[in-house]
Amino acid sequence: MSFEIYLNVAIAGILTGLVYGLMALGLSVIFGVVRVVNFAHGEMMTVAMYIAVTLFAALKLDPLLMLAPIAVVLFAFGYLLQKSVINPFITRPEHSQFLLLVAVAIILVNVQLILFGPDAQNVQTSYAYDSYQIGTVIVDATKTYAALAALVVATALFCFFRYTTLGTAIRACADNYTGALVVGLDVKHLYALTFGLGAACVGAAGVMLILIVDVTPALGPAYTLLAFVIVITGGLGSMPGALLGGVLIGLTEAMAGLLFTPSAKSMFAFGILVLVLLFRPQGILGKRSA
Amino acid sequence: MLLVENLDVHYGDAQALDGVTLEIPERAIVAIVGANGAGKTSLIRAIAGINKPTRGRIVYRGDNIAGLPSFKVCNLGIGQVAEGRQVFPTLTIAENLAMGAMIPRAKANRGRNLDRVYAMFPRLAERRAQAAGTLSGGEQQMLAIGRCLMGEPELIMFDEPSLGLAPAVVQQVLGTVSDLNREGITCVLVEQNVAVSLKLASHAYVLENGRVTLSGSGEALLGDDRVRQAYLGI
Repeated sequence: MSFEIYLNVAIAGILTGLVYGLMALGLSVIFGVVRVVNFAHGEMMTVAMYIAVTLFAALKLDPLLMLAPIAVVLFAFGYLLQKSVINPFITRPEHSQFLLLVAVAIILVNVQLILFGPDAQNVQTSYAYDSYQIGTVIVDATKTYAALAALVVATALFCFFRYTTLGTAIRACADNYTGALVVGLDVKHLYALTFGLGAACVGAAGVMLILIVDVTPALGPAYTLLAFVIVITGGLGSMPGALLGGVLIGLTEAMAGLLFTPSAKSMFAFGILVLVLLFRPQGILGKRSA
Repeated sequence: MLLVENLDVHYGDAQALDGVTLEIPERAIVAIVGANGAGKTSLIRAIAGINKPTRGRIVYRGDNIAGLPSFKVCNLGIGQVAEGRQVFPTLTIAENLAMGAMIPRAKANRGRNLDRVYAMFPRLAERRAQAAGTLSGGEQQMLAIGRCLMGEPELIMFDEPSLGLAPAVVQQVLGTVSDLNREGITCVLVEQNVAVSLKLASHAYVLENGRVTLSGSGEALLGDDRVRQAYLGI
């Protein structure tokens, strides 16, 4: 095999990895602020994917154009979920939060099974087989669009947290919960906003991924697990860590598919997780907890 | 201004406050004295809306506010300088102060209040871009007070403001309390430094095991044998 093949596959892996990173970013943001682990994360992503599939089948709406509207729908879903169901569980023990979110996940998977059936579905865009040639490297057009969109969304989220007052207030809640109550921040509202933003991230990632992979209801649990692997690898609660972890896992999966067999790709992703847990338990960009 | 009537607070099965009744008159400094675990912080957190009382009323300017969430209580003008300062360590000083002005009542005069806080504590102005976690204990206390003032409170509850601070800084913090009181802000002062807080206070209450066991003017309590024995070691 020539060097170009390795390079082509590596670039494809990195591009897919950026979309993975955006998905994991949603999980990381929710955990970092609300301190609730979203066990329904991948299932929320497949919700976005099915919305994109349905809109494309019925109205021929391009998923990339539907990115923002679908992200808004997922934001609303996440906001309402936190406000109605999760907020009362915030002060409860972790195992009851776990059961609550696993229940949400099971409900989502089975509603999808009822509505869409178990068969794989996808969208066939006009640019599905387009590619760019840069020198000897061939880059898939859909993956490039998806990765660029992921970077734009991640940057927007980063700027929101860093430079807006509302974003600062959310960081304040994560920084010191009691302090947030003391100064009169509406913590439950801010938690719901955060959950909504995390859901919007994973929704946007789902819309991008539908250009790359087929959706089935069973994809949800698999991607919940993948999001965990990425977030733990990159460092729980670190925004750049989630993106870096996504790229690393995307790259690993692609290379494993090339060098061994595509069905072994998860094995290598978990291998990286094990190595990180052994040698850097806080994650690559994570801070050691005091 | 603020009236607490028969207030009970429970943590699970443990009772922290048992029928507490007290009154905070407008423009007063009211000291609350008591041993560790007597319920001082529980009382402040109940008034602030952070703990839900199980019984009783908290009447502020004629309205019962017991059970209101903390962001609504803050917006009525009841501020708090909490025990342990509770600054946001990874946020800058400027961001910490901005968080104090998130409540609706404080939005209009945000700029003016910020200038006022920086004039009051020039050290905060010098370090406005620095993370609050890097400040000394005394500076963090100034930040906690400044952040509270950003919310334009009419009543401030100070919970152990001098805890863990150097003596010179303690003087400054307590000086700030009386300055703010002179400007018209009603103050509730919970202090381990009993002698000083009773001297500052116009009214004082002694809490023991979640009950008010003694009350009177600060001066009267300073002269009371039980107080002298239990809290002043005389």
